[in-house]
Amino acid sequence: MKQENNNAHKFGMVIDLDKCTGCGSCMVSCMSENNVPFKEDESNKKDSITWMSVYKLTNGKSFPDTEIAYLPRPCQHCGGKGDHGHSPCVSVCPAVATDYGYDTGIVSQIYTRCFGCRYCMGACPYHARYFNWWDPKWPEGMENYLSPNVSPRMRGVVEKCSFCYHRYQAARDVAYYEGRDDIEEHEYQTACTTACPSGAIVFGDLNNPAHKIHQIVKPDPHPDPRNKHVIGKSRNPKVFRLLERLGTNPKVYYLSEREWVRKQGDSYLDGEWDKIKNHHGTSSHG
Amino acid sequence: MKVDRRSFLGLGIGAAAGIAVSPVGMKLTDDSAIWTQNWPWTPVPVDGEVTYESSVCSLCPGSCGISVRKIDDRPVKIEGLAQHPVNDGGVCLHGIAGLQYLYDPARVKTPLKKNGDKFEEISWDDAIELVAGKLADLRKNGSPEKLACIADKEQGSVSGLFQRLLKTVGSPNFYTMPSLESYLEVTAAALHGEGMTIGFDLENSDFVLSFGAGIIEGWGSPVSCFKANASRKERHAKLYQIESRLSNTAANADKWIPIKPGTEADLALGICAVLLKYNLFDSMVASEFRGGLNKFAIMLQKEYTPSKTAEITGVKASDIEKIATLFAKAKMPVAVFGKGRGDGAQSLKELAAVHTLNCLVGNINKKGGAFVRQKSEYLEFPDVSMDSIADAGFAKNKTGRYVNQLIEKVNKSSKPAVDVLFVYNANPCYSLHDPKSVKQAVGKIPFVVSFSSFLDETAKEADIILPSHTFLERLEDVPSCAGLAKSVVGLTEPVIDPVFDTRHAGDAVLLIAKALEGSVAESFEWETYDECLESVAGGIWDSLSEDGYAIVSEGAPFGSASVNISFLADNPATVQARGDDKLTLIPIDNMRLISAGTAASPFAVKTVSDKVLKGQDIVVEINPLTGKGLKDRGFATLTTPTGTARVMVNFNEGMMPGVIGMVEGLGHTFDNKYVSNKGINVNDLIGPVIESGSGLDAAFGIKAKISKA
Repeated sequence: MKQENNNAHKFGMVIDLDKCTGCGSCMVSCMSENNVPFKEDESNKKDSITWMSVYKLTNGKSFPDTEIAYLPRPCQHCGGKGDHGHSPCVSVCPAVATDYGYDTGIVSQIYTRCFGCRYCMGACPYHARYFNWWDPKWPEGMENYLSPNVSPRMRGVVEKCSFCYHRYQAARDVAYYEGRDDIEEHEYQTACTTACPSGAIVFGDLNNPAHKIHQIVKPDPHPDPRNKHVIGKSRNPKVFRLLERLGTNPKVYYLSEREWVRKQGDSYLDGEWDKIKNHHGTSSHG
Repeated sequence: MKVDRRSFLGLGIGAAAGIAVSPVGMKLTDDSAIWTQNWPWTPVPVDGEVTYESSVCSLCPGSCGISVRKIDDRPVKIEGLAQHPVNDGGVCLHGIAGLQYLYDPARVKTPLKKNGDKFEEISWDDAIELVAGKLADLRKNGSPEKLACIADKEQGSVSGLFQRLLKTVGSPNFYTMPSLESYLEVTAAALHGEGMTIGFDLENSDFVLSFGAGIIEGWGSPVSCFKANASRKERHAKLYQIESRLSNTAANADKWIPIKPGTEADLALGICAVLLKYNLFDSMVASEFRGGLNKFAIMLQKEYTPSKTAEITGVKASDIEKIATLFAKAKMPVAVFGKGRGDGAQSLKELAAVHTLNCLVGNINKKGGAFVRQKSEYLEFPDVSMDSIADAGFAKNKTGRYVNQLIEKVNKSSKPAVDVLFVYNANPCYSLHDPKSVKQAVGKIPFVVSFSSFLDETAKEADIILPSHTFLERLEDVPSCAGLAKSVVGLTEPVIDPVFDTRHAGDAVLLIAKALEGSVAESFEWETYDECLESVAGGIWDSLSEDGYAIVSEGAPFGSASVNISFLADNPATVQARGDDKLTLIPIDNMRLISAGTAASPFAVKTVSDKVLKGQDIVVEINPLTGKGLKDRGFATLTTPTGTARVMVNFNEGMMPGVIGMVEGLGHTFDNKYVSNKGINVNDLIGPVIESGSGLDAAFGIKAKISKA
């Protein structure tokens, strides 16, 4: 199935890992925006729900040559092999509780449809999905700060980052009310993007050459000659995606000047990295 | 009807095919998913009209502008306020989670009075009467100076009202907790004169030499520093970080220079020596120096040669010369002090030595340098009226110079050195070194009044709690006291009606003063705090109320500043860590936790790595070479002269060998299970070390040993 729509958006994100300080503002902004609950002990990270999670990377060298970088990981909103919308999670969901939006490129999650089989969690190569093992509980009075824009989830369902889809809906409502066909770049920004005090996150439409993200990423619309499943590879040598060779085609890109950081986007056999590192999309369209 | 094999199979296959094709099965699955998830206890947030209100966050001295999204009357989200002069849109995790403080389970919901070990509810009228009665007794007995107050800061109108109350009652004993601002003022006082403060123009400097300042760990005004750091690359500016641990700032810097903990002052002096020896300093500024520049230079050439400095600090002699050259050759260099967040223990030797680098290269009051300016006095309180009791009491000497000395005096004296203690916006029983002895001192004071919004460690020791509004429920002027290049005053505005029976601390002070009658009441003629603020902020009130902020000063101050070098010229001794063991325990500032008195929010604690906190166990960082015999993720016993703790070990190649790092901001004992009883308070393991001369608690760490548990 291939659905082409020339007006379709392809919302994506590029995160500058050289600017990221690992401060955690994106995580908290996400939790506050999306009514994510919290419990007494959140130090078991396997059952701690963080739609946006910041990983710490090290170059593995010993003192004093050690280096650190931080990598924020929202849902990667994969386009799936060939970017046709067959995201790993969407392909396995028996309840159509998660679906690919061909008009936005956003992978949705409909909590009331989910019956908690967790196939999607097994399929996701990025650990971006979380299961509600317990009903959420807020201390007395704290339910007063919950936002009506996002439904609180219940025990037994899977949840994940939605690229703040409710913000897209709100921006579209405003545009419709004002008689515009489409929204401006600044009108739809995710909660993590606006919160980042370092300005490390850039969010926008990968299909729109006027958007900043397009100018940074310069996505290659043609399949990667080395792997025809990979579409949208960046033509910027400093930009990479996580596990890019799987062909999941994430819409979250990462930027770093540091080679050791870029190398951590995947696992490489000995010598493999040196062959791959200088390959950035098809040259004819550079 | 006869059921034969043929019809049985036919029926079976038919039924199977029917069920497979029928939508009923799918529909039932779908329905059951929907209906089993519509639990009545899953909240359904009520929708309503969306509005945005601007305010200022006062969780830390950074004072960022915030925009609060509301649904009808309910605030639902805090975001950064675009175009605000401090943070321009960005915001840190603690500010975003601010709403969690409103409904914090540890909030004090009504005035409380201690009866035995328990708190009992008491009405506001009775509580005020009780407090005023104690103050009246002090005045009657002719010992009004036995009233003391510990607040978070000196600036701002609420702190101003507390100082005014003390003065009119007749006590000079007003103290503030150590903060970056207090260190800036101490440094400025030692080098430039009283009444001055320092700002660093980080966003314009092209070479920042940071002596452990956690520029992206919450130092200064965090968001402003984050922004300055993020723009570094575009501005082709460099950041050199001198620190014994690979902090996030060190990792993000252009160069990390590991240094033996506690020797930062020596390195700064070593660099001064190179600057003077090779004439790398700005010769124009020599005339600004007083107190013996020659003596200083001769002392340096003797005591701080590159090789001697290298031996003390562990930084190679060639690197010291290189850093000095780079610093001197940069167009707009600036040296920054204040280890970690800058509010922990610091020695005047270190503060002065680092700032002397700024003075030597002549970047004082120049773009991208260090700004030396008058403390901003934007408030105009009317004159006080004092009776003879107040005059006599106020003229007496302060009980101690800083809060540490006050605590020490109280602990040492047999008769109560302080009879009544006010604590506002401070949690000394948590955030000072050796909190056990602080608690002991607070326990010795007969009557302790806390104005805390939360039942924190200090409030628990109080006899009366007069709970304050949180920053989302009150009006207040919030000066940014954080080493910013500009001096900004923001206005915190109430975005929600008070959730509990709390009052503005300013109003509580007014009520106490009025209950005292006489000359005290005469000095507090305002009906409410709001009225008081409007009148005392006179000059900037229009700007505050219209824009939500007022810029008091911006850009480089005019003129130069004279430098008194006499303190350093005498080569004061470097403060040594207490104890005889081989390893050194140092506190780590982590952006996701709060080291001052307030506990981090549940959201913030949730983001903390399991390499910092695992279950209820605190995790310490240690280089694998130092941790021989220990197991990564295993348990160990950490012992210092002040205490012992069971800790989990995390091998970290970013730690200098011989150093153990423990995060600040854990081990709270609030009645809030989401943030309390997690790990231990690092201050429990570190005792104060007072620097002679300055009187500052300068314990940057403590000697420690660690063994397998």
